[in-house]
Amino acid sequence: MKKRWLILNSIGLFACLVGVWSTILALAHIPAYILPGPIAVAQALHDRFPSLLNSLWITAGEAAGGLVASIAVGVAVAMLFAQWRGIRQLVFPYTVLLQTVPIVAIAPLIINWVGAGVFAVTVVTFIICLAPIIANTTQGLISVDQNLVHLFLMYKATPAQILFRLRLPNALPNLFTGIRISAGISVIGGLTGELFAGSTRVGEGGLGYAIIYANNQMETAYLFALVLAATALGFSFFFIVMFLEWLALHNWHESSRPQTAD
Amino acid sequence: MVANLNSSVPEIALNGVTKRFRKGAIAVQNISLTIERGEFVTFLGPSGCGKSTLLKLVSGLSPVSEGSVLVNGMTPENARSLVSFIFQDATLLPWRTVEQNVGLGMELEHAARNARKERVAKMLDLVNLSHAAKSYPRELSGGMKMRASIARALVSRPRILLMDEPFAALDEMTRDRLNEELLRLYAEEKWTVLFVTHSVAEAVFLSTRVVILAAHPGRVAHEINIDLPWPRTAETRESQAFEAQVTQASRLLRGVYQP
Repeated sequence: MKKRWLILNSIGLFACLVGVWSTILALAHIPAYILPGPIAVAQALHDRFPSLLNSLWITAGEAAGGLVASIAVGVAVAMLFAQWRGIRQLVFPYTVLLQTVPIVAIAPLIINWVGAGVFAVTVVTFIICLAPIIANTTQGLISVDQNLVHLFLMYKATPAQILFRLRLPNALPNLFTGIRISAGISVIGGLTGELFAGSTRVGEGGLGYAIIYANNQMETAYLFALVLAATALGFSFFFIVMFLEWLALHNWHESSRPQTAD
Repeated sequence: MVANLNSSVPEIALNGVTKRFRKGAIAVQNISLTIERGEFVTFLGPSGCGKSTLLKLVSGLSPVSEGSVLVNGMTPENARSLVSFIFQDATLLPWRTVEQNVGLGMELEHAARNARKERVAKMLDLVNLSHAAKSYPRELSGGMKMRASIARALVSRPRILLMDEPFAALDEMTRDRLNEELLRLYAEEKWTVLFVTHSVAEAVFLSTRVVILAAHPGRVAHEINIDLPWPRTAETRESQAFEAQVTQASRLLRGVYQP
């Protein structure tokens, strides 16, 4: 009952926003090429749906590829940091630099190195996603209750057993925090990459490329439809990660427990 | 059991043991103690007297700075298969069910699946926790968590149990009940137990001998043999002999608290 009420409220709020949007356009006489109305956007969405879906798939693939690669590399690097304190102290500060890299500035460089196209965009996404994975996973791997380490030592556990049976499961909640952050920015990374290295074929590319193309062609209604698609993609990534996190943690971790009244 | 056992040597022997930390602080100084097989020895004393440090030295988790520790004639590192450690917190892995937690040690030793399942089931039955085998630690009460921790410690058939304030976080009723359950298991399994507590009554109820430690640096101040009759039950706590031994231990303990 509460859930249905929430859905009805959300639909009502959406209808209100669309109404306000249409009213402002009507009252202010804003031309459609500056700000198209909701009906024009819906029409563009309908008319250009196959092309939009194609762009969506390209960006989704690039963002997912970069994200998955950043998880694989990030977890591996974090495990190195957890096992060898010296390496952690020496290299970890440099991973913070990854977070401060102005991706807009280095994207053209990456195109120079690997060539324009999907791979270049995936590399841009990978770079932007990597730092949160490394930082959060490392924190989880090293924040293990010392008594649990002692327990494993009493069982004569090998360093590999301590890493894979204790530290890695202990780091799962932190890893998912990192993935959640990176999932959000992976779509932004994909779009940013496409602005520079979007496509090797004129008129066909991911959402970022299509946004630039639509803007140049003054197809503002379609541009809005593309922005909506990019937003939906970001939401989808976030909720997919939330679902995976729930699957992995709901049995045992506080963050996945439904909140109950005390 | 992997180690070669020797019945002619003391189960645990500490000879002139000193533990100095990196920054120079002395945790325990020149402690000599001999603990025979089957003894239940409790360390009692103020915070900072080195009770927990002694358990870590006996387990080999922390090396001695001076002197020696021998467990059944072996170094603590070589005698680890004889020893189980029960910590103040239940130290259960939250992502594992109770039975998976209890079977952890055998799993790390790559024991056969069937043998592991059988042994785990037996230990859970021993601590009355069979009904919670598939539960996760967060679904258990404090007392149930501690029983799971004890079951995990017993799975490897230890000769020696090291217990570092295992019941400190529990309410008094649960603690008393677990004390009685522990003694029931102790009578059946005949371990040697080193136990740490802040509770005089708990120390007297459980032990064959209470060692009172003084702090700064940690050292043995008094030893009391507890000659209460066995088996010890809830009625034991109401006896005059129990009260007399608690009073005696409390007086000696008060002495080490005074500057």
